[in-house]
Amino acid sequence: MASRKTSRPNRDSGDKYSVLLPTYNERENLPLIVWLLVKYFGESGFNYEIIVIDDGSPDGTLEVAEQLQKVYGEDKIVMFVLLFPFKGTAYIHGMKHASGNFIIIMDADLSHHPKFIPEFIQKQKEGDYDLVSGTRYRGNGGVYGWDLRRKLISRGANFLAQVLLRPGASDLTGSFRLYKKKVLESLVEQCVSKGYVFQMEMIVRARQLNYTIGEVPISFVDRVYGESKLGGNEIVSYAKGLLMLFATT
Amino acid sequence: MTKLLQWLFGVSLLGALWALVTFDLLDLSLPQTYREVAWPMPFYLLISFGCYSLATVGYRVATFNDCEEAAKELQEQIKEAKEDLRRKGLKM
Repeated sequence: MASRKTSRPNRDSGDKYSVLLPTYNERENLPLIVWLLVKYFGESGFNYEIIVIDDGSPDGTLEVAEQLQKVYGEDKIVMFVLLFPFKGTAYIHGMKHASGNFIIIMDADLSHHPKFIPEFIQKQKEGDYDLVSGTRYRGNGGVYGWDLRRKLISRGANFLAQVLLRPGASDLTGSFRLYKKKVLESLVEQCVSKGYVFQMEMIVRARQLNYTIGEVPISFVDRVYGESKLGGNEIVSYAKGLLMLFATT
Repeated sequence: MTKLLQWLFGVSLLGALWALVTFDLLDLSLPQTYREVAWPMPFYLLISFGCYSLATVGYRVATFNDCEEAAKELQEQIKEAKEDLRRKGLKM
């Protein structure tokens, strides 16, 4: 009698990955990103949960999340509502209730593709990295949907940050990352900024604390850019944040 | 030491060295050529750094990967996902 060999060797490693998805008006994208996460985690065999942290979306995002819970189970889809629109807070809240020993943060608008998650996990295991950062600027990482102006601003801003901060990571403002849970906890405690600068601050502080950082090239598919152009305000707040980090770290 | 302090330290050090040579602050009686070369150095360094920055950013913008395939793949997967979710009973 042939015994059925396990096709999920990764399931027994004891590691669990909690994916934090801060959402605001993602009624259309949430089912899609969850479907993709389930697909790639399912194929890889790793143990996971998806934590949806909604910012009080008026478009019914939470209702969709509830439906997804029914489809995939409450152990896989965990939900919270937040009332303070601040990405840092979403992470803090999500982390408190995460049952995994690793945390993956990513955008819920399909600009980040879950197919890279097994690569992140692989990379992390390779070097026991404290954090793995998805980079758009190295290897075959890249972007879809950006015009010349946007690319110029992105590369220019990154160059400036590299010169001033010498952070040891190629993509500072990216928000597709894998952290060891205790590493993320200690970093979030220290960080004071929000938005792009928050992501930069995490990397800079990680270096300060001598955490190890691995990188995986990712593709960033921007379907939103046409609607939300990078305006003067964002550039100014980026510059301010960069100077703050320059002066204080 | 913060990055700001590191920069201030580095700039002060180089500045002191430059002033030392250019204005002969320690009366070392260095040959005139040293002073002539040292004097425009800060300007040259700034210009060089400016050129390096432009070249680097220019190169990086030019070689910024466009992920056409990723976008296509995403579109197809979106269709597949919608079908599958509909089958599983999700009202979209």
